[in-house]
Amino acid sequence: MAEIEAVEVTRSYRMDGVSVDALRGVSLTIEEGDYAAIIGPSGSGKSTLMHLLGCLDRPTTGTLLVGGRDVGTLDDSELAELRNQTIGFVFQSFQLLARTTALDNVALPLVYRGVRRAERRKRAAEALDAVNLGHRIGHKPTQMSGGEQQRVAIARALVGEPSVLLADEPTGNLDTVNGDEVMGILERLNKERGVAVVLVTHEADIAARARRIIRVRDGLIEAVAEAPEPS
Amino acid sequence: MRITESFRVAFDALRANRLRSLLTMLGVVIGVAAVVVLVAIGGGAKQLVTSEVEGLGSNIVFVVPGKFQIGTTPAVSRLQLSDADYLNRVLGRPDAVAVDLTSAEDLRAGTNTYYASVQGTTANVVDVFDRPLAEGRYVSKADIATARRVIVLGPDAAAALFPDTDPIGRQVSMSGVEFRVIGLFQAKGGAFGVSPDTEVHIPVTAAQRLFGMDNISGFAVKADTPGDVDAVGAKLVDALKQKYQGDEFTAVSQTEILGTIGKILSMLTLVLAAIAGISLLVGGVGVSNIMLVSVRERTKEIGLRKALGARQRDVLSQFLLEAVMLTSIGGVIGIGLGIGASAILSAFTPLPAVLAWWSIVLAFGVSVAVGVFFGVMPARRAGRLDPVVALRTE
Repeated sequence: MAEIEAVEVTRSYRMDGVSVDALRGVSLTIEEGDYAAIIGPSGSGKSTLMHLLGCLDRPTTGTLLVGGRDVGTLDDSELAELRNQTIGFVFQSFQLLARTTALDNVALPLVYRGVRRAERRKRAAEALDAVNLGHRIGHKPTQMSGGEQQRVAIARALVGEPSVLLADEPTGNLDTVNGDEVMGILERLNKERGVAVVLVTHEADIAARARRIIRVRDGLIEAVAEAPEPS
Repeated sequence: MRITESFRVAFDALRANRLRSLLTMLGVVIGVAAVVVLVAIGGGAKQLVTSEVEGLGSNIVFVVPGKFQIGTTPAVSRLQLSDADYLNRVLGRPDAVAVDLTSAEDLRAGTNTYYASVQGTTANVVDVFDRPLAEGRYVSKADIATARRVIVLGPDAAAALFPDTDPIGRQVSMSGVEFRVIGLFQAKGGAFGVSPDTEVHIPVTAAQRLFGMDNISGFAVKADTPGDVDAVGAKLVDALKQKYQGDEFTAVSQTEILGTIGKILSMLTLVLAAIAGISLLVGGVGVSNIMLVSVRERTKEIGLRKALGARQRDVLSQFLLEAVMLTSIGGVIGIGLGIGASAILSAFTPLPAVLAWWSIVLAFGVSVAVGVFFGVMPARRAGRLDPVVALRTE
């Protein structure tokens, strides 16, 4: 079963009374263990697409299935639950709670799943280990470098064992070395754990690392390029 | 989300903005403390006045001319001193009826002066009102028969007129007429400027001459038991109505006075509590305001929490709990402050303060309610934030 399946999905907004068609009929499938990059210029609709894939939003028309559930028919609470269960977010600006330790930041998704504190901490520690930050669980984001912060964010995305990691410009705020490391971790998780990774980026060399490149323009998918299987 | 987790998150948020939380709390603290203290003062006043009136003796019934109500001016009296004997006969008890004729006069002894309520009385007043003497003797029947110019002083009057000497045997003059001091009352204490300690008593016959009146103000009788008070009162009123056809008389018992005073003071207490309640309300508006600011400041955090799976009600309860914690912590501090202030008030000022447990419970309940009431709007706003919009906010 595909993790995410979009069929002729559109999304329009009303801004100051004017209707804006951000997506005008997009169909795509994210398979289990997929590694895809969504690229496109700003205003192309790639952010809107990412919000839809991440169940932060519902399509105006068309069908969007995430984890087998029709996003368009779910209410806010069900969407929240679906996000919590199936999607892990990695944001460009990390989005960590500043006054909270790495461990508690990572454990946050489990809070909304009703997991007990001791169990949460154990699993958060494991997730931090997986991104090589096992030694910094008690540190706060302000005491960490950008690369470390993004690794904490990846651990947070990972802790709930989602089937899809959605990474929105994950290297956008990082230098090349840290960016490489973050990408390496995402790829390792993709390979070792079989979690599907969807990158949203405008950096061609980052996108080029994915197995598939989905090019979005003017609210439509312009092209899908399959990378040759590495031998 | 588990409730313990919600508490932790709310508490952390309050701690993160310590100064702001404290200042916001202050409104509630002041409001709650004001409620507790003002209700304590009101209650204390009531207790004091009640014990004062009770001190008169619970068996006493007053008979006065006219339709008497607290707050109205007394009617002109046609009652005569001889009516006391008539009422004694009606009751079948000699010396049951005490007589009163009161006027305010300037008293003078040497260079000292004192303005007092001078009561013309009969010899049985000390028994009816239970006024033991500290020194000397009270007005006697012989004093009344001969309108002898003798005077019994309350401790306040004695202290003002004779600060350094023993007053017994000394002269006090009123309107140029000399009275000899024959006795001193024991101190009884009082409040609000009404105290039996300020009274001075002279024979009623001497008072009639001094005031230039031939009538008297009213009678007081001590019934055998509190249960007899109403019957005795009715008997006296009937007897007087028979004698003075067409005139009205009223019997007033201590219970009635207590009831009226109690009503007035309960009203006063309520008004005080309501005024304090307004400040609590203002404190609540402050909480609402700060919560709105907090929601705006943390829009991004809300967006993130929602992206990670927080439902609308998770976010709502987080902010609501924050507001309620703010006001209930403020409430507890305010109660502590109120109790402390009440204790200090009763220790160092003549104002009595009696803590009312209901005011403490009410104040805490209201502060929690204020948190819910004023927190719900900002919390709903937080809960309804669209995660896409919230995450985009800078």
